Amino acid sequence: MTDQRSQAEIVRNSLKRRYRKERRFRMYGMLAIFIALASLAILFADIITKGHTGFVKTTITLDVTLDSDMMYLDDPSDEDQLSMADFVAPLIAALQEHIPEADSAAEKRELGRLIGSYGASEVRNLLKDNPDLLNTTQTIEFLAHDRVSTYVKHADNPRYSVKLSEQQQRWVDELQEKGVIDTSFNDVLFSRGDSREPANAGILGAIVGSLLTMVVTLVIAFPVGIAAAVYLEEFAPQNKITDFIEVNINNLAAVPSIIFGLLGLAVFIGLFGMPRSVPVVGGMVLALMTLPTIIISGRAAIKSVPPSIREAAEGVGASKMQVVLHHVIPLAMPGMLTGSIIGMAQALGETAPLLLIGMVAFIVDVPGGFFDSATVLPVQIYLWASSSEQGFIELASAGIMVLLTFMITMNALAIWLRKRLERRW
Amino acid sequence: MKLKAALTSVALAGSIAAVSTPAMARDTINIVGSSTVYPFATVVAERFGRNTDFPTPKLESTGSGGGLKLFCEGVGTQHPDITNASRRMKPSEFELCQSNGVKEITEVRIGADGIVIANSKEAAKADFSLKQVFLALAKEVPDPNGGDKLVANPYQKWSDIDSSLPNKAISVMGPPPTSGTRDAFVEIAMQGGCKQYDFIKKMDKSDMKSVCHSMREDGAFIEAGENDNLIVQRLAQDSGTYGVFGYSFLMENSGQIQAATINGVEPTPEAISSEDYPVARSLWFYIKEAHVGVVPGIQEYVAEFTSESTWGDNGYLVDVGLIPSPRNERMEIAKRAKELQPMTGKEL
Repeated sequence: MTDQRSQAEIVRNSLKRRYRKERRFRMYGMLAIFIALASLAILFADIITKGHTGFVKTTITLDVTLDSDMMYLDDPSDEDQLSMADFVAPLIAALQEHIPEADSAAEKRELGRLIGSYGASEVRNLLKDNPDLLNTTQTIEFLAHDRVSTYVKHADNPRYSVKLSEQQQRWVDELQEKGVIDTSFNDVLFSRGDSREPANAGILGAIVGSLLTMVVTLVIAFPVGIAAAVYLEEFAPQNKITDFIEVNINNLAAVPSIIFGLLGLAVFIGLFGMPRSVPVVGGMVLALMTLPTIIISGRAAIKSVPPSIREAAEGVGASKMQVVLHHVIPLAMPGMLTGSIIGMAQALGETAPLLLIGMVAFIVDVPGGFFDSATVLPVQIYLWASSSEQGFIELASAGIMVLLTFMITMNALAIWLRKRLERRW
Repeated sequence: MKLKAALTSVALAGSIAAVSTPAMARDTINIVGSSTVYPFATVVAERFGRNTDFPTPKLESTGSGGGLKLFCEGVGTQHPDITNASRRMKPSEFELCQSNGVKEITEVRIGADGIVIANSKEAAKADFSLKQVFLALAKEVPDPNGGDKLVANPYQKWSDIDSSLPNKAISVMGPPPTSGTRDAFVEIAMQGGCKQYDFIKKMDKSDMKSVCHSMREDGAFIEAGENDNLIVQRLAQDSGTYGVFGYSFLMENSGQIQAATINGVEPTPEAISSEDYPVARSLWFYIKEAHVGVVPGIQEYVAEFTSESTWGDNGYLVDVGLIPSPRNERMEIAKRAKELQPMTGKEL
């Protein structure tokens, strides 16, 4: 009896310690989750505080008198005259109406520098397309120079240094009061390709490049991956060769992505002589990279189809191919799709292999096809982050937000597909 | 049956693509090369694309060495048309070009750029001599106890080298060996400081180079990749660190960082152009003449680059940080570029 009591006592005495231990263990788990969430929150907070201004553009709206004498231009349809004409003069004149004090040549030049260098080209193109507008007054919205934009948006931010002269700052303040300089949603970001001027730089080229590359990746990796998974799971004989292939596919999934870039450079560009920097080559390289992911997840999906389904189909006389095509693949499809989407999302964020095949490049024109030079979203972010102009800091963060939106959409699609289509047994 | 047909058509399409691509015409100029020239060349390319009917040239920043390697790989549209360099082509690279069939190359000197040693504005402004730079960053230095002997670099603090320098650990971030900035820094600054020792100067050329060009590897010199922006960010955060990069980067980030004077000379455009500032170098690009007429727009691009409104004293490249060559020199180079005068290999 005494023995038993003492044992109960021992248990009772140690209970407290055990509970404490358990609480501590739970605390560790919560701490781990807290660290993960905190770092995510810090990351997002940093990107959003840096990048939200990237979605705002600074504009200068002017009533420009397209005076033919001022521009030395009589006939806007004449190419020679267009190339010799001065399209900056009418801009300066229009600005001067608001800032009459700037009348020396140097001051005028300073004034003209408030407008980005695209301003003159805009006037030129307007006149080229509509020659009738010569000698009329038009209200045109110009993008402000990067320095003006930085001043308007970040004058009190110590991370940015203001590069306008005192005089220019005064003018900008005055123009802002008059409503000539204003900020609005940055539609340029979504309608243009890259530029060296932050105000004119857009991410559309990179978005299109990413889409083209992803299409190539999907068209190659999905059918090949699914076919490989089905063969290995359903048809392949169990022997050493199959084992060897299996081991290699699993290894391939762990190969650093830069290796695939080297392979692409040597085979597609070196051997086949395909051009550098094009989405076709990028897509093929990324397809090689995503293949193992698709094969492995595809095989897992096929394995999860219960044998009873196969046996039932075989029982009513279906051939092996009918079993696979009519029953196994439809049932495994949600799992395969999920794996593919996750593989694609991974490929969307990849830059290392693209470096070697020349997709890390300055490309202004939005690509129009699979054989046009293109970059992709993460590369565009990298290029902006490494540019020296201050305006690119916010653009890089804005680009990250766009990329994350794509990623989250793709992953949400994968989850939705799984929830929607998956069947449990 | 259907499957077989599909497979055959895919195989056929694949082989057609593989066979037909080498001959594929290209209408966009491909430019590779130096990350120092990249900010200038991209601005020119963008203007060129905007103001002409030609597509905007495509630029890759590969470093001077990487660019010349790609450039010299051969003639054909899969190879680049122009390469930028922040140092002159080496005779060995010219040989490589020749042996790969890239026979006629036109050389264009764009202007100059200074290499600065800069630190955060929060720290004190420094003044270095080239000798001090060499002593701080070389792998092996002359024995501080005297004698014509080389020892592994013993200096841990700047003040160990000279008591006038700050009492701080030596920590300098710089570009990797593929970069033209590194080549120029090593050749001008390091070698310049190194040759002030008579016994090193008397060594034969290859020995002298191996002494002068070896950067220390014990952590005091940090290779920071081609991303100069990263160096600027690090400098802004850590006031004890110095960074080595091109003058244009200093100009863009003058709010955060300041340049050290070298031998007492401030890196200003005038001082760099006149070579009073000791660590200045020329920037170049090279045109593959075999591609002129095959890829449209090359001559027009070169004309845009070499026009006065681009690289002149008031040209738009000056706003980006280029230091123009003297006018008569510019005119001469522009004329040669227009005529596409090929290099002979003797000028190198």
